[in-house]
Amino acid sequence: MRIRAFAAVLAATAALPCAAQAADLEVTHWWTSGGEAAAVKELATAFDATGNKWVDGAIAGSGSTARPIMISRITGGDPMGATQFNHGRQAEELVQSGLMRDLNDVAEKGKWKDIIKPASLLDSCTFEGKIYCAPVNIHSWQWLWLSNAAFEKIGVPVPKDWNEFVAAGPKLREAGLQPLAVGGSAFQVNGLFDTLVISLGGTELYNKVYKDKDEETAAGPEMAKIFAAADDARKLTKGSNVQDWNQATNLVITGKAGGQIMGDWAQGEFQQAGQVAGKDYTCLPGLGLNQTLTTGGDAIYFPLLEDEEKSKAQEVLAETIVDPKVQVAFNLKKGSVPIRSDVDLAAANDCMKKGIDIIAKGGTAISTDQLVSADTQKQKEDLMSEFFAKESMTPEQAQERFAEIIGSAD
Amino acid sequence: MPHPMSSQSAASKPIPKSSGRPNQLFRNLNSKIALTPMMLVAAVVFFGGTVWTVIYSFTNSRLLPRASFVGIDQYERLWASSRWIISIQNLLVYGILSLIFSLVVGFVLAALMDQKIRFESAFRTIFLYPFALSFIVTGLVWQWILNPEFGVQGIVRSLGWTSFTFDPLYNPDIVIYGILIAGLWQGTGLVMCLMLAGLRGIDEDIWKAARVDGIPMWRTYIFVVIPMMRPVFITTLVLIGSGIVKLYDLVVAQTSGGPGNASEVPAKYVYDYMFQAQNLGQGFAASTMMLLTVAIIIVPWAYLEFGGKKRG
Repeated sequence: MRIRAFAAVLAATAALPCAAQAADLEVTHWWTSGGEAAAVKELATAFDATGNKWVDGAIAGSGSTARPIMISRITGGDPMGATQFNHGRQAEELVQSGLMRDLNDVAEKGKWKDIIKPASLLDSCTFEGKIYCAPVNIHSWQWLWLSNAAFEKIGVPVPKDWNEFVAAGPKLREAGLQPLAVGGSAFQVNGLFDTLVISLGGTELYNKVYKDKDEETAAGPEMAKIFAAADDARKLTKGSNVQDWNQATNLVITGKAGGQIMGDWAQGEFQQAGQVAGKDYTCLPGLGLNQTLTTGGDAIYFPLLEDEEKSKAQEVLAETIVDPKVQVAFNLKKGSVPIRSDVDLAAANDCMKKGIDIIAKGGTAISTDQLVSADTQKQKEDLMSEFFAKESMTPEQAQERFAEIIGSAD
Repeated sequence: MPHPMSSQSAASKPIPKSSGRPNQLFRNLNSKIALTPMMLVAAVVFFGGTVWTVIYSFTNSRLLPRASFVGIDQYERLWASSRWIISIQNLLVYGILSLIFSLVVGFVLAALMDQKIRFESAFRTIFLYPFALSFIVTGLVWQWILNPEFGVQGIVRSLGWTSFTFDPLYNPDIVIYGILIAGLWQGTGLVMCLMLAGLRGIDEDIWKAARVDGIPMWRTYIFVVIPMMRPVFITTLVLIGSGIVKLYDLVVAQTSGGPGNASEVPAKYVYDYMFQAQNLGQGFAASTMMLLTVAIIIVPWAYLEFGGKKRG
């Protein structure tokens, strides 16, 4: 198994130019879908303009493919210049064991504590009073993307919330459309479930389960309702034979599927396809119900390097990331919300404005990536992917196992 | 690499009988020196690495190894995990069926090949060819063949049989058989070649004697030829067996464990928990269980096979 990771590392490094100039900085990330790649290009251009050079280290697949490669490069003594992780606990142990550098000087100079909103973003980067990562964007999971064309076809007005969508499910099925598109990789059904928890069950329930890790609540009647809703979702997703999330989004874009529950990064795909919010597709933040978004997202972490010039380049990159202009350019392409509220987003489309509005009103919660460890997330992913694929598994059985996971979560 | 000639010349030298028993330590000294690097590698990398893994499977190591011991917690969690149980079941089904089918099909193919047919080398090449492909390529090829929209099902439906359903990779109940098909397609050719070599090693006179005695051909195969091919069978078993235990890439390429976790295998559990879940302890516990399973099968067999016999 290690050899595999090692080989992947070798393959990744072999593609790099060997004679690195002093200020070349390799940045590894998993932003590879159309909208994401366009956003990365903005970031790279801005960094190149500072006189340094962005060496792109994109790793295809999803975060779960990319993270093992990144981590084994850092722990294996071949760190890159900077790397993407989600805010939260994915890089926790790397920071604890002193493999990452802190950005205190940059953060103080740029007054990060005052400008970065919500504060939980910076809290997730902080360990023992030092700041270890530069937040790039805010992503939220709680979005239902709907194809207007699909609903036109079945002669039903585009749903305004999840309940209406579920009601329209059978009609979509009759018309030969996939009601709810979801890809096969486990993080998608896991995210879908967490979205149901906060959007249908409310922020209080969400916090009790994931923040307080209360086993009793997880086994209780409130969660039972969520599992019943997940059962509905499971029926609607049946027959969705795609693997990646952007393939599922593509089903919605082409009108082959009614909708998809996916984070706001799906927005970038609609934009790439030249679709207009409100006309070609509809977005429902909080599934049209609880207007609260979780503010997870991406952050760039910087491994501790010995090379002084590269360390300086790391600081420049961190400054570039929080720069207002870069924030606007990057986030418009990616469909995410900037990490600072003092930027001009007149160019944002309807969906993004809705999201920015909700966050500005304080309708935020902390994302599960920040609340629970990667280990607990994986156990949840295992459970959810089994539940969504195995029809013989009842919601009650799933809830029982869910409560066990929450009970032993950390 | 140590030069093989040096060990041979050393072995052929007579050992001086100075005082009673020769010192075993200095016998074949050259070859022993030549083998030292290999023995060191085996001791440190294989044995040392194994012991280290087993020890750390009793810790709560997360992303990085950490020597804080928690007893058998990791093992309790492992055996309480339904994904692990499914993985073990899948490996059992895949293992038993792939062992039986690749041996039977491989032997039958070899026996057919051995009937002095025309174009034997052409057939041999065709059957062995899949073995030249990696598991990843094999997996992708079969993922397409078994894809309901583009593969077998799509073709049969386009021929007019519209109710035809064959989508093993999307049906949790039979997905492991979809993987088995690809595994057999890849591995049977090699078994056939090994068997064919074994059959060619059987003396013509045996066949003549059997014919004189009027024994039908199938009985000659089962009661005379197969027992004589014991060494070939053992080699084949070891090859197939190790292929089964390390089953990983085929699953990743074909289904990545799905639908749901219906086609998970132990090796994938180890990788996912070590690197994706950042829980080394859990991954180590799973790999230790894999080692234990192999040991339970290998040790009694090795005891029967080699026990009691002194190697000369």
